[in-house]
Amino acid sequence: MREKFDAIVVGAGPSGNAAAYTLAKAGLKVLQIERGEYPGSKNVQGAILYSDALEKIIPDFREDAPLERHIIEQRMWVLDNESFVGSHFRSDNYNKPPFNRYTILRAQFDKWFSQKVREAGALLICETTVEHLLMDGERVVGVRCDREGGDVFADVVVLADGVNSTLARKAGFHDEIRGKNVALAVKEILFLPEEMVQARFNVKEDEGVVIEMLGKITEGMVGTGFLYTNKDSLTIGIGCILEDFKNKNPNRSAPYALLEKLKRHPAVAPLIEGAEMKEYCAHLIPEGGFFAVPKIYGDGWLIVGDSGGFVNAAHREGSNLAMTTGRLAAETVIEAKSAGKPMSAQTLKAYKTMVDESFVMKDLHKYRHLPEVLHQNNQFFTAYPELVNHAAKTLFTVDGADKHSKEREIRGSFRASRSLVGLMSDAYKLWRATR
Amino acid sequence: MSIAVNVEEKLFQNRYKVDHGRPHIQIKDASICANDCRGRACTYICPAACYKLEGNGTVTLSTDGCLECGSCRIICSEHANVSWEYPRGGHGILFKFG
Repeated sequence: MREKFDAIVVGAGPSGNAAAYTLAKAGLKVLQIERGEYPGSKNVQGAILYSDALEKIIPDFREDAPLERHIIEQRMWVLDNESFVGSHFRSDNYNKPPFNRYTILRAQFDKWFSQKVREAGALLICETTVEHLLMDGERVVGVRCDREGGDVFADVVVLADGVNSTLARKAGFHDEIRGKNVALAVKEILFLPEEMVQARFNVKEDEGVVIEMLGKITEGMVGTGFLYTNKDSLTIGIGCILEDFKNKNPNRSAPYALLEKLKRHPAVAPLIEGAEMKEYCAHLIPEGGFFAVPKIYGDGWLIVGDSGGFVNAAHREGSNLAMTTGRLAAETVIEAKSAGKPMSAQTLKAYKTMVDESFVMKDLHKYRHLPEVLHQNNQFFTAYPELVNHAAKTLFTVDGADKHSKEREIRGSFRASRSLVGLMSDAYKLWRATR
Repeated sequence: MSIAVNVEEKLFQNRYKVDHGRPHIQIKDASICANDCRGRACTYICPAACYKLEGNGTVTLSTDGCLECGSCRIICSEHANVSWEYPRGGHGILFKFG
């Protein structure tokens, strides 16, 4: 007799673990399938953990989760080739528990989360790639794994298989991902003694800093750089819209060339000097936003996390959307099961309603026009960073010129580069795209 | 200005379990890369430099250093000439930190 589960969860990242944990905790018979050697071995993130989304699943996660540093300071830098203009927000409020967000190392964090999933009663099998979904007509009835006798069946399959969304794509639930809807990010982890991390970033033990960067570092492509502090390491990375690497990249710069340039930027180089690189990663981030979210439910299936495009690129949030959609998918299944309803599209539609009503789709809706506006307006990544840095340099350099003349010069540089109408229209576009 | 970077040096820090003789990504038709594709974007976009433009104008692929991001498949939108699967269970990149 073939073995049948209440639910199969494909993938053991934040969304898959959130789903599997919630389902197992409610007493459902859950099989989770992970292609990596261990959960986390295929997963890449910056990585910032947002406490709220995890608290709703594991309220006391702080007791034993592997957390690096809680964030007390956020820096936003706009860079040209030599300088940066930055705004920093640092608050001692962020030093009062419970902490709001932490840096984490995903390979360790995912392993911990997975342990919780197994303790909750789910069956996890690793080193197993799901090849495709098993269908009975329009209905998903299970998955085929790359193992002998690898067909397994369930009432519902939760697709937490990551940004490439391979299984839904193969099943024809959505088309191939478009290059304008994903960012390609590369990053390195650089090890540095704990005391040096603390001295260089002006923080105490367990306190951390996040730096987000924008400007000439992406050579005119839509993208950002980042530098995060871990316990005794730093994570540095840069990502740009994949299509831009192809279409807005006349120098044919490779992603690792951008990363190398970022590491050598005079504002960054002193912070990472002497650190030892121990891993180099690359990953796609679904940044298409609201309009790029595919159909997320159907007969016998649900899509959660990156696989559903649930990333708020403007705020660099993803793992919290992943955990939240994973939890909501699980709650939908639990409710249907206890009501004795079939796992049909009609039943599972409740998942979409819950996602729509949560911060997940509300936030994606708020920024729905942003990807297109940034795509069509390169000046936000080229002209403005130069203008802002030029303005700061003009204003703060004492050279005998009077301040009125300096201000006139700065105004003139903005007008020459963008024109008065251009400046107003840019401001309007940004306001409209983010209101 | 583009900087010359030795990617192999970066990839050397990573842990892999290579599935010898069973590449999970393949170029479907090499003649399309050689004759029909002008951009050959894969040769500079792949973050692990798995795709190489050879002197004779052909593109070759070695998946040993692949980071499994999926970029090559997506950017080959015009010709859809990349056959892309995840490696068999347990194989491929094994991130220590991720």
